[in-house]
Amino acid sequence: MQTAPGQFAIRVHDLVVGFRRHVVIHHLALDVRRGEILGLVGASGGGKSVLMRTIIGLIPRQEGEIEVMGAPIGGNHDRTTRNAAGRWGILFQQGALFSSLTVRQNIQFPLRENLVLSSALMDEIATAKLEMVGLKPEDGDKFPSELSGGMTKRVALARALALDPAIVFLDEPTSGLDPIAAGDFDALIKTLQKTLGLTVFMVTHDLASLNTVCDRVAALADGKIVAIGPMRELLQSEHPWVRAYFHGKRSQMLQPKAS
Amino acid sequence: MATAPLLTATATGDVLELRPGGSWIAANVATLERLSDAVAPQLDRSSTVKLDMAEVRELDTLGAWLLEKMSRRATSAGHRAEVVGVSDNYAGLIEEVRQVNRRTPAPVPPPNPVVAKISDIGRSTIGAGDDVTAFLQMLGSLCIAILGVLRRPRSLRLTSLVYQFYRVCWQAIPIVVLITFLIGAIIAQQGIFHFRKFGADSYVVDMVGILVLRELGVLIVAIMVAGRSGSAYTAELGSMKMREEIDALSTMGLDPIEVLMLPRIIALVCALPILSFIGSMAALYGGGLVAWFYGGMGPAIFIARLHEAVSVTHFEVGIIKAPFMALVIGIVACSEGLRVKGSAESLGKQTTTSVVKSIFLVIVLDGLFAVFFASIGM
Repeated sequence: MQTAPGQFAIRVHDLVVGFRRHVVIHHLALDVRRGEILGLVGASGGGKSVLMRTIIGLIPRQEGEIEVMGAPIGGNHDRTTRNAAGRWGILFQQGALFSSLTVRQNIQFPLRENLVLSSALMDEIATAKLEMVGLKPEDGDKFPSELSGGMTKRVALARALALDPAIVFLDEPTSGLDPIAAGDFDALIKTLQKTLGLTVFMVTHDLASLNTVCDRVAALADGKIVAIGPMRELLQSEHPWVRAYFHGKRSQMLQPKAS
Repeated sequence: MATAPLLTATATGDVLELRPGGSWIAANVATLERLSDAVAPQLDRSSTVKLDMAEVRELDTLGAWLLEKMSRRATSAGHRAEVVGVSDNYAGLIEEVRQVNRRTPAPVPPPNPVVAKISDIGRSTIGAGDDVTAFLQMLGSLCIAILGVLRRPRSLRLTSLVYQFYRVCWQAIPIVVLITFLIGAIIAQQGIFHFRKFGADSYVVDMVGILVLRELGVLIVAIMVAGRSGSAYTAELGSMKMREEIDALSTMGLDPIEVLMLPRIIALVCALPILSFIGSMAALYGGGLVAWFYGGMGPAIFIARLHEAVSVTHFEVGIIKAPFMALVIGIVACSEGLRVKGSAESLGKQTTTSVVKSIFLVIVLDGLFAVFFASIGM
């Protein structure tokens, strides 16, 4: 999985994002390598989702540059951002499935909008994606309101993967799932990342998924990346917030003494 | 773009060798689909198919699926298919795609169109019955809620009631005044224009006065309120239903009818007579202005004639209808709101239904009242 240095999927340089006077992201720099799974942790309300949404162009930035797969991203929803949109898939926290379309139509939506292909092939591709995320072909005819939380996440992932993007952004993919479903979902992400050669940018609070699937973990505190590296490096970090995060009472319950 | 051709097919005797090359990715799907359809007859003819993937530079799920489909087509016809030259990068993907689409879900047979039409008619007939039941049910639960409030007056949500009244009545005044003013003016203009041919201009006052006070004032205002406030009620309650807020209320031991619907419907019942009165006055004012500037009838004469033409009875006939119309609008709006299901589409559908149904019922009710007042001689 190790790629040559300089091969970055996402490069964020000197980024500043804020709402009026309130600065959320403060001169942040972050590089995501191609083909890795990067986990982003940070306090609730600390700007993780803001960072993710800024990278995909949903929130305008005040300063800084963002490159995704070598192409600069505009500060707003302009043409460059829309062109880049074909190369990424996004799994929103609540799934954000279109409630008036069936599961199959939801997955076909990006295909239909971006490609010219026969409806038979489109059905086959949609079923293939459904099965790849571990659902049954019959589930394709359900409506989003009939799905359980775990299924919603899976369908949303299938839709995010519909166009075979190079990068997927996952916003808290395992939140609200039971530990078994969360474990399955982690395994699924890992498998898909391997088979499809994806770069995964994952915002999460799930210490188990940080431990098992993430190649590297970045910690966001005070609007900056304060630590980045494999999990065992982060466990040794001296930064007070990172220490509190990984060595707090809840974390201690999950892992053997790290140091 | 692609250096190697996307697909080369060489047939030697019974053996078909397929060499996909270049980019088998979603961006080229139109070409790829055409190419793979084109080799289908050859696949059926040859007994052995060799798929050599050494030349493939880029591959994604879509391309892998098209290739898998070719080899599957050959195997399903009882021929031999071998896949060679898969690079390590894509082995996982090919393996994954080999597992999918193995079992197609049983297709749902399309229903007989005649039967479907008949069953549609049957369903909507039953649906109409359900509508009546839902209306009566809502009316009943509303009565129970009112009785509950009468027993414990403190359980009335006064703040909510006042707020709803502010929204439904106070904020609606400008638009109601504007529209009824214009309608009064238009009626007066038309009346003067046509009555002038018979030299009966002065009867325009009778027409405007009776028409506005008995019928139009309340009817136009009720229709506007149904569109303005009824739709808002349905959308509010519907989105609360979608986000389980109504369920949350019930689990806290509160009655959603009492908390949400009663204040809204009472506000509407109080607001509609007031709005009707204001609207009628605005319409008369508009009629009076037109009579003055277009018909040359001074305000003093207009008011004097109005005195002779209309009595309090006309005004009563109009205003008595208002609270009943408000009740119908409120009940329809609330019960449609509670019928909203999970999707955004159903919210839109229910809101439309709410407005259409309440306008229809308001007009039906107006007709019934006309019959009633005629028979009691008002």
